[in-house]
Order: sequence, then structure tokens, then C-alpha cells
Amino acid sequence: MNFAEENFDLKEIQKLEGHTDRVWNLAWKPATGVGGVPAVLSSCSGDKTVRIWEQSPATGYFQCKAVLEETHTRTVRSCAWSPSGKLLATASFDATTAIWEDVGGDFECVSALEGHENEVKSVSWNASGSLLATCGRDKSVWIWEVLPHNEFECVSVLQGHTQDVKMVQWHPTMDILFSCSYDNSIKVWAEDGDTDDWHCAQTLGELNSGHTSTVWSLSFNATGDKMVSCSDDLTIKIWATDIIQLQSGNGNAPWTHISTLSGYHDRTIFSVHWSREGIICSGSADDAIRLFVGCEDDLVGGPTYKLLLKKDKAHDMDVNAVQWSSKENKCLASASDDGTIKIWELTTTSRGQKKLLP
Amino acid sequence: MTLGLINANPVVHAKKERHARTDDDDFLAVDPLEIYEHVRDIRDPEHPYSLEQLSVLSEESVTVDEKLGRILITFTPTIQHCSMATVIGLCLREKLKDCFPPHFKVDIKVAPGSHANEESVCKYMRQAEVRIGLEILYSLLLDGLSWSFLQFQPYKPLTTRKDDKWEKKKIGIRNLNLKY
Repeated sequence: MNFAEENFDLKEIQKLEGHTDRVWNLAWKPATGVGGVPAVLSSCSGDKTVRIWEQSPATGYFQCKAVLEETHTRTVRSCAWSPSGKLLATASFDATTAIWEDVGGDFECVSALEGHENEVKSVSWNASGSLLATCGRDKSVWIWEVLPHNEFECVSVLQGHTQDVKMVQWHPTMDILFSCSYDNSIKVWAEDGDTDDWHCAQTLGELNSGHTSTVWSLSFNATGDKMVSCSDDLTIKIWATDIIQLQSGNGNAPWTHISTLSGYHDRTIFSVHWSREGIICSGSADDAIRLFVGCEDDLVGGPTYKLLLKKDKAHDMDVNAVQWSSKENKCLASASDDGTIKIWELTTTSRGQKKLLP
Repeated sequence: MTLGLINANPVVHAKKERHARTDDDDFLAVDPLEIYEHVRDIRDPEHPYSLEQLSVLSEESVTVDEKLGRILITFTPTIQHCSMATVIGLCLREKLKDCFPPHFKVDIKVAPGSHANEESVCKYMRQAEVRIGLEILYSLLLDGLSWSFLQFQPYKPLTTRKDDKWEKKKIGIRNLNLKY
């Protein structure tokens, strides 16, 4: 993909309506949208429900396949599929995290994780699907072990953040957990090799060139050696680590700040997601979606990051979440306060011809 | 929560004359004075006076930028260390919820120099969750915030999974409170 020579555009493919309140988050189901399997997307909302959307192979349009309701009693804030796609975890302001299983087209709530004192804000599965992490307004991060027969056991309650924890995200290849918070920091949690206890391995705060206000979201690149975070401080920050050291598991692979993208947003950035092809997408409170890419032009320093395109008025209201699909056609989904989800396709214009990216 | 009042002796001002609405008023335009009408009577968390009477709000508190679609409300807490500042902010947000076109954005800030933690109050009000003020206010209730100023029956904490009483209570807040 040659970012320098081509003109990019984000084309709106479809607007998914159905939720009766703001849509907070969405997640693409793994292993769908490729190899002939229709793409599936889950979305969660202030209307206390979760909707499952499936793309029709014939028309390419998404339809609502299921509405998961009458379980959560308050806003459903976050949803995440297990790596196998068999289970869907939903985190709610009702202080529970529900686990759903797709049983022949019907979704059944097979478990409910309780323990947080108040609103659960985020949920994330590790790469192998053996661990689940949740976080919430009670400032804690919980790690759950996935046991047979849909049983879950809490293995650790991590205290350390001094304020509401907004999001948790596992590293794409290693069992290392990242959390970001209203206390302006990102924390890295790892298991101690000797004691099997989880502890805070690193805190990326203001003193490490970190954010100066609430950190809302973070995402990793495909190889897992870089991370992007976004914040209420109107910046996006890129962090990097030595991937060889990280994978050697000697426990000492710190993350360092390598770039700050400022001046592109004038309102809070709520969501950021790094695609497999290296495009960073941001969703902001100014209703816009922006795409950024890194250029390896500079021989001296690391890559520099620049704005690839800005989609003004992507939604009528704040964009709460953005997520790239894993399917071939470079689809992007966005969720908004306006109650809708939009599916976008990244197109490129080269020599006057619009073509989809390979 | 502290047991004593934060500000035991507030300065109370006379009620100001009401802005009279005429038929000429364009109902689609966002009129700052109309916005002000919705918030001037919100009761202070600690005293039986309105935010206007305590000079927490005045007509100048509301500014509207029609072109950008922004409403800015700047309020002045009665004292520098008012811990009710975020609660006032949330009530303002909640009271205004249905008063303007959905594409408008509302920013609620503390008047510069009026509060020791101005930045933290403003940071609190920029959170996404603040947009669903009712749920936040409910959480504050569960955390022990006194609701005496809202004058309604205290809630029981959610104990059942399928609690449709939450819906009725939510309507209860809407009907009973923030409306004078």
C-alpha cells in the first residue's frame, strides 16, 4: 500500500439502525468475513442490549441477526469476542460481565461475572482465549481464568489506578495486560514468573511523556511492538517496545514514547484502533473519524506519523468507538451517540479510477 | 461525604425578572436565554435556593454558537472548594438533555478563577459517561451522596438481575426532580 502516492477516501457502505440509545462499542467476530464466512459484528448500547449483525453474502448488506436483551439492567458499555468466536463477553454499568454463547443461531447467556463494585467499563480476551480481563469505575482491573463448561474464576484483582479505569486490552501475542484510566495513565500488568502473581510492570504516566488527561483507549499494531493510545488531552500517542525482549519473557521490555500526534483533534478522542495494514483510525467527540499512517522516511529517527484523511461529520454525534475488521476489504465500523453504527470501506483513487485496496 | 454543609452561609440574591417569550421566537434556533430558563431554577445541592439566586448562574452563563453548534455554560460555585461542583454540572447536563437539537454539543465549565479545582471539574464534565447524567447521579446516590436537595424517596440498590423498576425510577427522577 503506497500511502504517499494515492488519494484515500472512506466510503460509507451502510448505516446500521436499530439501537434505541447511544451505541458505545462494537466488535468484529474473529474468523468471519474471510474464506466465505459472512462477516459478523456485535454492538452494545445504552438501551441495555447487544445486537449481532451479519453481512449477507449475496447483497453485502448487514442485517440484525439477534438482539441480546433482558439480561443487563443498565447500559452495556463494551463487548468482546473470544478468539475462537464461540463466546461473546459484554460489560455493563450494572456491574456485571455477561458471557454469551452462540447455540445454533441463538445466543444464550451462559455466565455472569460479578465482583466489580460498580460500572464495568471494558472487557478483553487474551490471544489464546484462556484469560479474560475486566475493569471499571471501582479503579480495579480483574483477571479471570476461563475454565471448562463456561466457568470463570477470578485469579487476580489488580489495584493501582487511582481513578476510573476506562479500558483494558491484552497484548496481541503475549499474556500482558494494558489498562488506561481517568488518572491519565496507562498501566502494564504482567505475571510474575516465580509467584504467578500479577503485578504492575510499568506505568506510562505524564512523567514518561504520557497523556495529561483521561486515556480512553489503546490498540496494538499487528506485530505487537507498537501501541497507540488516545486521550481527553486531544493527542494520540505512539509507544514502542523491543519485541524480541518482550517475547523472550525475561520480564524487562519497557514501553517508551516515540511520537505524539497533536493539533489534529479539538475535542476528546474516545477510540483508536490500529489496522493490520498499519492505518490508525481515531473516533472523536467532534463527530469525525481520522486516519493516520506512519512513514519510515526518516533514516535517523523512527517513523513519523501523519494524517491520511479526515472524515468530517462521519456521524451526527460523538463517535464512541471505531474498529477495523479483519476481512479482506478493509472495512471499518464506527459507533456513535446518534444510535447508529456505520460500515465504511477504505478506497483509493489512483489515476482517476476508484479501486478497493487488495 | 462530609456531614456538615460545604458552604453554610451563602449569599442569596433576589430572583431576576423572567424573559418573556414571544411568538416571533424561532423555535428551531437555540436561544441562550431559553436555555437559561431551563437551568436558572435548579436548586443548589445544599440550600433551598436556586442556582440563580446564589449567583451560581446568570444570564451571561449561557453562550451559543449556532454555526459550530456549541452551547457553553459557565457556572460559578459559591465557594472555591465546593465539592458539589460536579454534581451541579451533572444536574445542568441532565436538565438540558432535551432542550436543544441533537447535533449541538454542550460544554459545561466552571468560571475561570472561581474554583480551586477548575481543571478537574472541567475534566469530569468532558467524560463520555456524563452524557447519561441520570445514571451517574444514580451511582453517586449508591455511593452515599445525600439526595435531600432532589427531594424524592431514596432508591434501594439494584439487587435483582431483571430490574424493570429501574425504568420507573428513572422516570421518577425525571418527573419529580430538576423541575420547579
